[in-house]
Amino acid sequence: MSSNSSNQRNAPGADGASEDAPLRPVPVLAPGQTYARVSAEFSDITLRPAPWGVMVGFALAFGLVMIFLMAVTYLFIEGIGIFGTNVPVAWAFPIVSFVWWIGIGHAGTFISAFLLLMRQDWRASINRFAEAMTLFALACAGMMPLLHLGRPWVLYWLFPYPNTMGLWPQWRSPLVWDVFAVSTYALVSLLFWYMGAIPDFATLRDRAKNHRIRLAYGLAALGWRGSSRHWQRYQQAYLLVGALAVPLVISVHSIVGMDFAVAIVPGWHSTIFPPYFVAGALYSGFAMVLTLGIPLRHYYKLHDFLTERHLDNCAKLMLLTGLIVTYGYVFDYFTVWYSASSAEIIGLQQRIFGAYRVEFWVMTFCNVGVIQLVWFKKVRQKAGLLFLIAILVNVGMWLERYIIVLTSLSYDYLPGTWHVFESTRWDWAVFVGSVGLFAALWFIFVRFVPVSGIFELRELTRKQQKGELKYQESTPPAGDTHV
Amino acid sequence: MYEDAPILGLMAEFDSPEALLFAAREMRAAGYVRLEAFTPMPIEELNDILGHKSTIVAALVLIGGLLGAGGAFAFMTWTWLIDYPINIGGRPMFSWPSYIPITFEMAVLFGCYAGGIGMLLLNRLPLLHHPVFDVPGFERASSDRFFMMVDAEDPVFLKAETRRFLASLSPLNIAEVPCT
Repeated sequence: MSSNSSNQRNAPGADGASEDAPLRPVPVLAPGQTYARVSAEFSDITLRPAPWGVMVGFALAFGLVMIFLMAVTYLFIEGIGIFGTNVPVAWAFPIVSFVWWIGIGHAGTFISAFLLLMRQDWRASINRFAEAMTLFALACAGMMPLLHLGRPWVLYWLFPYPNTMGLWPQWRSPLVWDVFAVSTYALVSLLFWYMGAIPDFATLRDRAKNHRIRLAYGLAALGWRGSSRHWQRYQQAYLLVGALAVPLVISVHSIVGMDFAVAIVPGWHSTIFPPYFVAGALYSGFAMVLTLGIPLRHYYKLHDFLTERHLDNCAKLMLLTGLIVTYGYVFDYFTVWYSASSAEIIGLQQRIFGAYRVEFWVMTFCNVGVIQLVWFKKVRQKAGLLFLIAILVNVGMWLERYIIVLTSLSYDYLPGTWHVFESTRWDWAVFVGSVGLFAALWFIFVRFVPVSGIFELRELTRKQQKGELKYQESTPPAGDTHV
Repeated sequence: MYEDAPILGLMAEFDSPEALLFAAREMRAAGYVRLEAFTPMPIEELNDILGHKSTIVAALVLIGGLLGAGGAFAFMTWTWLIDYPINIGGRPMFSWPSYIPITFEMAVLFGCYAGGIGMLLLNRLPLLHHPVFDVPGFERASSDRFFMMVDAEDPVFLKAETRRFLASLSPLNIAEVPCT
């Protein structure tokens, strides 16, 4: 714990210190790092006893997981009649949650793989936890359509398998594409995350004092010994998996967009959906990276590694994707008007002024309004404020999916079937429970896995020692270590 | 006699990547070919110096991707054209554009796993124990120390001489890697 006080002193962008810090670019790594310090810092987080905050956080999250289990048990006994889902609103909360979770799951692998290909230095500190976020969001997302199935025990019908009726899936349906896209995405994200963590598990194995802990990390590290031959193949494989993961991210949420766009429901049948969904996914994903990263940085005192520069870059990307989403809204509505289709136009009017108007305007306020604050550098430098904005974006993006799924189905072509959706407590129990599951997995991750890529931080340390880090010269050297 | 016990090689320990790179260049200049470094992070310059230039992983990713894509496309074609043709809404039986998303997903899935698993197998991992772990202080190879091993099978390897040469490169330590 003794190193923590020095962290705060060294950190140019520590919270609350922004008065003395002028508006100058900060490097991605605080000055004066050594291989030993970087290794110790991140493995100690994992190897020392859990701080009480993690325990309390996990306990609360675990409570929500119990609510989730209760809701799912009741769902399996009673069937989906316990939800507000009813014709014509045949897709409701579970699908809203599915799209929301899978959107969040996009930024992790995207950030990690895209920044790897672009050789961006700010990747090292955030890639591990962003990828973990992806995996946990995918775990929550993957369950939702299954809970929505009505008969979840026949979920294997989704896959092509030789059956007694000789039937195969309908390959022309985006819903079938979705099964393959989401499964592939989950498997590839898991591989990418695990490959990235193997050398760090080896570090933990070598630093653990306790025999059992060493054995556990040793198994996870698969016997990694840092051979130069291994590193060469490793980097090749890692880069190629990253290169394949970037178009994969784009394809997955495009396919989720097509789940809607291929249907002829007014409000869904629009070619802008796939790219607009991808932008929305990345938007909510970057928001979630900030939502998780800012508390992590604060409680674990990671200001030297998660600098203002990381927050600034993440915030800028959140702004960029937010603006693309705004563009998507504008052109979605424009296309509706331009189509001159009465069903489309009435649907949009109902969306803006009808029974869902509160949700619509809150969504617009969060996704289009609040995000404009991020244009200001002063806002991007205040971690607390960014955290708040990120939460609002998460709320806004959830409402966006709510609006898209529910209003379109509520106001179909036949006014006689119009029906306003009303959620039940079980709808909320499943959704809130899935948030609990995500949080519980997150606390387990923070407890047992290094939250940043330690070996990549060592590479950055080497760059720093050689003086090759961007903006390094603009920071005053810590002590005499300036090179 | 202990002196003549067979060893796997000699391991020198350095405290910085630069010292390791210097040693690697000197060793190569002296004619050693069977060199292997153990470092806490990848050091790209080492690949050139030590001559690590395997591209098998890239080939595996390509093959995996092609097999995934070809297999998926062929499978979908077979199910809809040959095994159980069903006319749905009069759409063409061989509606190949709608096969593309799954074809792409399977290309990525098989490409990535061929690369990831292939990399591990080529590295002979998982392997839970290896003689280099017996070198004293080797646990720091995953934190802040940089090691260089000369294989005893190297054509220029002579235990005493190699040890003397290694010592001239100012390592922190030199150890024998036992055969276990």
